[in-house]
Amino acid sequence: MQDLVNIFVKSIFIDNMVFAYFLGMCSYLAVSKTVKTATGLGLAVVFVLGITVPVNYLLENYILKKGALEWLIGDQAATLDLSFLSFIMFIAVIASMVQLVEMVVEKFAPSLYTSLGIFLPLIAVNCAILGGALFMQEREYTSIGEATVFGLGSGIGFFLAIIGIAAIREKIRYSEVPAPLRGIGITFIATGLMAIAFMTFMGIKL
Amino acid sequence: MAKNMKLVTSPLNLNNPILVQVLGICSALAITVKVEYAIIMSVSVLFVMAFANVIMSLLRNTIPSRIRIIVQLVIIAALVILVDQVLKAYLYDVSKQLSVFVGLIITNCIIMGRLEAFALGNKPFESFLDGVGNAGGYALILIIIAFVREVFGSGTVTLPGLGELPVIPQAFYDFGYQNNGLMILPPAALIVVGVIIWVQRSMTRELIED
Repeated sequence: MQDLVNIFVKSIFIDNMVFAYFLGMCSYLAVSKTVKTATGLGLAVVFVLGITVPVNYLLENYILKKGALEWLIGDQAATLDLSFLSFIMFIAVIASMVQLVEMVVEKFAPSLYTSLGIFLPLIAVNCAILGGALFMQEREYTSIGEATVFGLGSGIGFFLAIIGIAAIREKIRYSEVPAPLRGIGITFIATGLMAIAFMTFMGIKL
Repeated sequence: MAKNMKLVTSPLNLNNPILVQVLGICSALAITVKVEYAIIMSVSVLFVMAFANVIMSLLRNTIPSRIRIIVQLVIIAALVILVDQVLKAYLYDVSKQLSVFVGLIITNCIIMGRLEAFALGNKPFESFLDGVGNAGGYALILIIIAFVREVFGSGTVTLPGLGELPVIPQAFYDFGYQNNGLMILPPAALIVVGVIIWVQRSMTRELIED
């Protein structure tokens, strides 16, 4: 139980997707003009990461990893290593899960569907999602619970970051920024300062 | 001919993928700790982008537009797997250092963005040039960021095949000069990009946003 809490806190604050690894930067910059749209995208990312990371975990551990196919073909599996296929499998899983999630949400939670709007399909190409799957593979989590918690935590980290920058950008519009820095330039610098703030969590040992 | 030239040169400054189109930021920031990584990443992106553009442009009249996204992802993913396997075979240490970021070329928005914006509507040769030009613009910025970060952060420049070359003379260190450790950490990358955007827009007035 304590492990899970550790992974959760770590993935939100210390290994924050945006500030520590710069994942999902494109949508982070493109969709952070107002807090409202940022909330929509943030929620969608939490949602999709929470689903795709565990699914990819199962895929990795029962199909792709060296010897993972043992349940299907017995001892022959020991030398079979399909992990070179992982990129293409992960991205296929993500694209299809996004499609599936979109249909389920549309059917059972129409109000959530309208508020997420165009962001759900866009998420298939958000690098935070594929990044989540690849980090899960690299860090070798030992159970599906850990993978799920890691996915949710990373999503919440992204959510915090995008809401923060959206709020800052709403205020910055009324400030006198030097003309060449206006828009994207000042956003980068503000993100840099936020990242420095998040670095204070680095010393925490979990 | 002049038009083809423009395809290659305009992404270097006026239409730069990172500074102006704001695509492909993730990898630009994450792997710019050393110049060597930036060069290898740029070459990988150049390869994937040029060939993905050509393949997509050849297929542009046969693919129904509703399934084009998944087709694009498959083409890109296949090319990225090639790059990844080559790096693992010949440059194992670097590929360990780049970790997930080679895989993340798949979702690098520059590639998807150029496929959507250019290769879907143009002939293969022009698409190839567009891919080369945009990867060139990406490489240019990547190498500038990496150079600034490595010189100030570690006092060296690492080039592929040459190893670490010291840039800051020893006399400076004897005098009490210290490397700026912040430059190696993630936040510095963001601020360096912000400053590069500032410099570029001050020189090219028409890019200023309001």
